[in-house]
Amino acid sequence: MKKTLRLAAAAALLPLAVGACGSGDARSGQADGELTYWLWDSNQVPAYQACATAFEAENPGTKIKIEQFGWADYWNKITTGLVAGNAPDVFVNHLNYYPTFAAKNQILPIDEQVEEAGISTDVYPEGLADVWVSQDGKRYGLPKDFDTIGIFYNKDLLAEAGVDESTLADLTWNPEDGGTYEDLIAHLTVDANGVRGDEPGFDKSKVEVYGLGLDENNGAGVGQQIWSMYALSTGWQFTDENPWGSEFQYDDPRFQATIAWFKGLIDKGYMPDLATSRAGVSVNDAFGAGKYALSTNGSWMIGSYFGYDGVDVGVAPVPVGPSGERATIFNGVADSIYAGTDDKEGAWKWVEHLASADCQKKVAEAAVVFPSLPEALEVAEEEFAAKGVDVSAFTLPIEEGATHLYPITDHAPEIAAIMGPAMDAVLAGEADASSLTEANEQVNALFQ
Amino acid sequence: MSVAVAPQQPSATERPAARLRAGRSRQDLVPALLFLLPAAFGFVTFYAWPALRTFYLSFTDYSLLAPPEWVGVQNYAEVLGDRRFWKSLTVTLEYVVINIGVQTVVALALAVLMHRLTKSTLIRGVLLLPYLVANVVVALVWYTMLDAQLGIVNSGLELVGLDPVAFFGETSTAIPTIALVNVWRHMGYTALLIFAGLQSIPSSVYEAAAIDGASEWRIFWRITMPLLRPVLVLVLVLTVIGSFQIFDTVAVTTKGGPIDSTRVIYYYIYEKAFQQFDFGYAAALCVVLFVILAGVALAQVKILRAGDSDLD
Repeated sequence: MKKTLRLAAAAALLPLAVGACGSGDARSGQADGELTYWLWDSNQVPAYQACATAFEAENPGTKIKIEQFGWADYWNKITTGLVAGNAPDVFVNHLNYYPTFAAKNQILPIDEQVEEAGISTDVYPEGLADVWVSQDGKRYGLPKDFDTIGIFYNKDLLAEAGVDESTLADLTWNPEDGGTYEDLIAHLTVDANGVRGDEPGFDKSKVEVYGLGLDENNGAGVGQQIWSMYALSTGWQFTDENPWGSEFQYDDPRFQATIAWFKGLIDKGYMPDLATSRAGVSVNDAFGAGKYALSTNGSWMIGSYFGYDGVDVGVAPVPVGPSGERATIFNGVADSIYAGTDDKEGAWKWVEHLASADCQKKVAEAAVVFPSLPEALEVAEEEFAAKGVDVSAFTLPIEEGATHLYPITDHAPEIAAIMGPAMDAVLAGEADASSLTEANEQVNALFQ
Repeated sequence: MSVAVAPQQPSATERPAARLRAGRSRQDLVPALLFLLPAAFGFVTFYAWPALRTFYLSFTDYSLLAPPEWVGVQNYAEVLGDRRFWKSLTVTLEYVVINIGVQTVVALALAVLMHRLTKSTLIRGVLLLPYLVANVVVALVWYTMLDAQLGIVNSGLELVGLDPVAFFGETSTAIPTIALVNVWRHMGYTALLIFAGLQSIPSSVYEAAAIDGASEWRIFWRITMPLLRPVLVLVLVLTVIGSFQIFDTVAVTTKGGPIDSTRVIYYYIYEKAFQQFDFGYAAALCVVLFVILAGVALAQVKILRAGDSDLD
């Protein structure tokens, strides 16, 4: 009995202990004349299926097989696919990931093909095409669609507060007193007794509606839809240069003042604390439930914010900062060709088709994302308008030239691992904004 | 031995039987191997080989896209000095203590009640229900129910005049919350295991106790607990190892945060391997964890004298 038990314990232990450490991923081989195409956004599958059908009609003998995986699984599957040698021929790539794939020769540069096809990258909004040129000077993608940040607002809550929607376009912000932006947030905050955040007797321990929602995601070192639009509007930049900076500037007083102001909103009761924001329901769902009057988020969330029954939603542009300009991260995706594809020529033809006005207009008609090609963007704007969504708040910063590129550097995942907990600690009140100087040193040590 | 004795005492009845037995076992060998083959194949492919490869990778620098590079014990040296590794170990330990502590007591109580109070299979079935729901679903349902602003639990708290609690969001309550959610899911199953052990205790012992006029309380401590010990140890060994593997609940709810408060060891390994693609380091973490778990299991079996039964 004793021996068997011990043996049983040991036998039970071995597979359990190593269980999480092994991983396998197998996909069936690709048939001739078939190209596999992966993307992560399920909302876009129908539009790209339409592109594929048109492409197949133009190129008899080539079949496009579209597969979609959610964001969380997508990169694991891509990476294991690259290792196993069976990654999809063409896949949607992200600025966070493509530098590594390019550096390890897992995706193909397309400079020659772009030149041969006579594609001009000048047609894209400024900067959007440049980010797909890697450190080796080669191009790894053509920009497909882009996103910017805006402020979603609850029209009913604004009306109750007596706020005229049109004033939202003229908001200003600064890290000292928050400007008219903070005034608005304070006024929109209401406690359980109906007292507003800017009125005497406001009870910040019993807030019924917060002026501004706090994202449930940890923005790590980018804070794209969370705090980047404030920090960048001070004139601060993530890195010494972008793309391919090698020195982060989280030690900059302008950045730390911004984060301190942001944390101050929690202390004043105008924004939920970190614990509340992480306790279960997403920022957009809480907005949809009428808990927040304003919520900053990316244009990729339009579908969610406008999808709540009985909630009348509008979008305002991000506020003008101390630099005298607005600021928003301007981010995009592109299609990459897997270096191990059997059919490089076919894969390029498909990528070329995906970036074409034809296909991008089909994507625009779905009104899910903003295509990078101006002519397709016009179509998208019309389609959004037809759905009752005025997207000018998202495109205004582009017209004003107030866009900033997503910080493109090496070591992105490691940086997130350092900055995630560090930013949490500041927002939770367990560390001062000045503690980010130490985090910055850790980040910069990665580049040495 | 029997061969040496055989010439002196040739037994007509024994020898053919022995031959028959030997012959049958040889006959059984081939089908036995065939039956074992699928399981053996699975074990070697999915457990033994990955385990060996993990051991090898723990001595390398490996980012998946380039071949592994031998670095000796460097990963292990880094593990020892890794603040986040030690933090994740204490977080995991906190989880295991709360999870196993509460779960074992609750499951034991349920099992004894099932054994002494009711024979209803319906109640047994109901107790098992949470276990039939997938971990991730259980986690997400509780995550929504416990939300600070919109969760039904906090609406209840507010009704009785209490302040809402951000169960998953507060650094101090996140791990206890995750531990108790998993107690809820696993208690019925654990109770059933213990219940099976209770049924192996002869009813004559209970009858004798009843004749002597012993109270239920005394019966529990003097009869049930001592006779249940071997089963309880096996249950503990298995549930403790399972508890150390807490991953899915964290992965779909808190994702290691806020700050580092729920970054349990398996989630940390996952982050290192699949988010930061530092497979060599993650493999070293795996090996260290394996050693720890093996030590825990052996200590449990030793301390709790799993092999001895008090039923003689």
